[in-house]
Amino acid sequence: MEFLSSLISMPWLDYSISGLVIGSIYALMAVGLALIFGVANLINFAHGAVFTVGAYIGWTCLVGLGLPLGVTIVAVAAVSGGVGALIEWLAIRPLNRQSRIAPLLATIGVALMLDQIIHIVFSPTPRALPANIPDWRIAVGNGTIGAIDITIFATAVISAAALYAFLFRTKLGMAVRATAQDDDAAKQMGVNINAVNMTVFGIAGALGGIAGLLVGLYYNSIDPNASFQMMLKGMVAIVIGGMANVPGAIGGGLILGLIESWGIGLFGASYRNLFAFVLLLVMLLFRPNGIFARGKERAAEPMTGTFVTQTKAITLPRPLIWVLIGVAVILPMANMPYITQVMTNAYLYGLAALALTLVSGTVGLVSIGHAALVAIGAYASALLTTKGLPVSLGIVIGGAAAALIGTALAYPAFRLRGHYVAIGTLALGEIVALVILNWEGVTNGALGVFAIPPLEIFGLPLYGTKASYWFVLALMLGMAGLQVRLLKSHLGRTWKAIREDTVAAETYGVSSNYYKGLAFGFAGFTAGIAGAVTAHQWSFINYDSFNLLFSVLILTMAILGGLGNVSGAILGAILVAALPEMFRTLAEYRMLFYGAALVILIRFRPQGLLGSG
Amino acid sequence: MAEPILTATGITRRFGGITAVDGVDLHVAEGEFLSVIGPNGAGKTTLFNLISGQDRMDGGKVTLEGRDITNLSPHKMAEIGVARTFQHGRVFGNLTVMDNVLIGCHVRMKAARSTVPVIGPVLELGKALIQPKAVREEEEAMREEARAIIATFGERLTPRTDNPTYTLSYANRRRVEIARALALHPRILILDEPTAGMNESETAEMQEIIAGLKAEGRTILLIEHKLNMVMQLSDRVMAMDDGKVISHGTPSEVRHDPKVIEAYLGHSSIGGARPAARDNAEPQEVITAGPTQGRIGRTGGAEA
Repeated sequence: MEFLSSLISMPWLDYSISGLVIGSIYALMAVGLALIFGVANLINFAHGAVFTVGAYIGWTCLVGLGLPLGVTIVAVAAVSGGVGALIEWLAIRPLNRQSRIAPLLATIGVALMLDQIIHIVFSPTPRALPANIPDWRIAVGNGTIGAIDITIFATAVISAAALYAFLFRTKLGMAVRATAQDDDAAKQMGVNINAVNMTVFGIAGALGGIAGLLVGLYYNSIDPNASFQMMLKGMVAIVIGGMANVPGAIGGGLILGLIESWGIGLFGASYRNLFAFVLLLVMLLFRPNGIFARGKERAAEPMTGTFVTQTKAITLPRPLIWVLIGVAVILPMANMPYITQVMTNAYLYGLAALALTLVSGTVGLVSIGHAALVAIGAYASALLTTKGLPVSLGIVIGGAAAALIGTALAYPAFRLRGHYVAIGTLALGEIVALVILNWEGVTNGALGVFAIPPLEIFGLPLYGTKASYWFVLALMLGMAGLQVRLLKSHLGRTWKAIREDTVAAETYGVSSNYYKGLAFGFAGFTAGIAGAVTAHQWSFINYDSFNLLFSVLILTMAILGGLGNVSGAILGAILVAALPEMFRTLAEYRMLFYGAALVILIRFRPQGLLGSG
Repeated sequence: MAEPILTATGITRRFGGITAVDGVDLHVAEGEFLSVIGPNGAGKTTLFNLISGQDRMDGGKVTLEGRDITNLSPHKMAEIGVARTFQHGRVFGNLTVMDNVLIGCHVRMKAARSTVPVIGPVLELGKALIQPKAVREEEEAMREEARAIIATFGERLTPRTDNPTYTLSYANRRRVEIARALALHPRILILDEPTAGMNESETAEMQEIIAGLKAEGRTILLIEHKLNMVMQLSDRVMAMDDGKVISHGTPSEVRHDPKVIEAYLGHSSIGGARPAARDNAEPQEVITAGPTQGRIGRTGGAEA
């Protein structure tokens, strides 16, 4: 009833106007992503960071230097365009199109680095971005339009028009369109593909930067932590519009802006991001080619073996494994509690990385929402044990909950391929976090769960640094052993067959959804107990404990070790989680370190240290 | 003639405005060898995709031994014994030859066929983890059989049993595909251009292997361009053009049918509109025009 009355009383016009204004900014973001997807066949995860760069260049010009708005827009476009081109030159071009997932991961690395650099230069707190735009508003019907709305909308329209003039009236624009159609053919016709790619990244960067400035002006605030959210909005818009469809991206941005604005009007602002992700999932499920696609299109041929570089995995000799396990077991005897604690933490990451390497490496579903599984396990155990359930039981239930809920949530993503899986899992991760944030009755909302009972099994306390170290080590080695056993069974080859060629596997009687489900179930259990144990270790968790950065970290670990490689996942976890802790200077610039590690790794050893399994 | 085990009637598939397969009837009897020939773009592969469940037909019906199998999913098709190879070869590159063939055994593995509802998945995981004796013995038996199948390809595959298939030559990959199909114990074996891209001696070798399969009394559907091979192997031949069956009968009947000769040598209107139109009907081009190809400004670009 309350909903119905708000449906009637809502000032539709006002919400529609603000929806269109925000939508035009999303459209600017989306156009850049669509251009890049068209030419480079890549979702640029660094696009959000370029947006933030634009916002801060805007602040520097307007507030720092006191320049007029017109000059500021040009400066923002120039600098962020340069940053975009630089990303192409430094991170994408050297990869030489070796596999489709590699550049995507490289852009994640670049995004982490750019964000951290902005944090270092401008401090991580949001700041105001005042503009000298008159604050008059004119009444239209029962709503109003302000000068700021008109300024933003006009800037977006002019930018889009300039882009169109470039694409359809210039020779380079024609080269861009030709490359998007067929890059090999364009190359043979003498088109300089590298120049085209750089131009497109530059244009996308300029548009993204302008979007950053406009958002800052609209809310009179710029936030260095907004990058990923904005990138995701742009991504949702291009999924609505049909990935590489530039006019579609503009339409998608406006639609997203409107739906978001109306949704906020009806349900309240805390759900803002949920609309985008639900919309994304619905689109991926029912219209993966976008709402502007004509006719039914059969799924494209699978990208055979594109995600896993074909290499032989390095198998560690058995004696070496036993020696390493022996060293791990006696490590706490050295009486260095800090090291012991850091390693305990690394093993927990190791558990999560084991789960991810199974799903993303062995089965080939590259997941950027892995934190969701960990979060489900953590919350299940934390909520049950704070109500009196024994901790040991809570951990097992946490694992089971992550296995069941995680598999059910990921099921819609099973029919997606390639980059779409990455987008779908990313959305899942965000949706789980948002549900945790908003479902206050159960999850305690933004406050989180505190006073979670410490680790113990069957009344045996494991609070001590050493005891919990051994417990977590045993858990990790146990789960790793089980995973190795599974990989040696018929399941191992069946999962790999699905990864290599889903269509051929189906043709030989492998029900791919079922086996993807089995993998997700087992991986969910591993990730769930990792989350549960983490919750008992920390005694406090909230919706942000297992965020996107957490997912990216786990993915970095799995890639570092070699996707699909069990010992690789553990090695990767130890290197990524423990190293920065042990060197204090690294800890301060952790994100910079992770980002650089990811970019360098993808560039020089995409198959990981131990090779993909 | 013997009772057909596979019957397809009125198979139709349209891509946009183009009818790639237009009301084709097809039947094959137990132990029979039927070949489908026709120029590129005639709709042969599309027809086989429809029969093997790779693609969904817009009209028509397929039955196997009286059971309606129209538009079953590919893995259901495999379960009832329809095995196929692919025109361009689709082995699992990072899997060994042995594992590729073992995937062919998948539909017969008891360890992978849990009949218990709801907890079936848990049982399958459990069996894989615990590896009880029955599971180990089954796996070993399957491996033994896979080795025997690989051995039919002689020195080509046997020494490479444990090599990943991406290290194999193109011809060897095609052999692995056939070995994988045989491991399924198929009721019907569908071969889509098994000698495409092979040289003469490789083709002769493949023909010998296929002749061997025929001698074992297998039911085989073959798409092939090499007419000599088709004429020597087939019991019956069906010629297609423009999505329709244009000739059908014994190899020599089809070979001397003027309509077939015309289809191969070119239409009476060479250079006219029709052949060009048929080129556009090449289904591969139509169905892959999905998100990977349609890129920038598809709507805008096309019209501008």
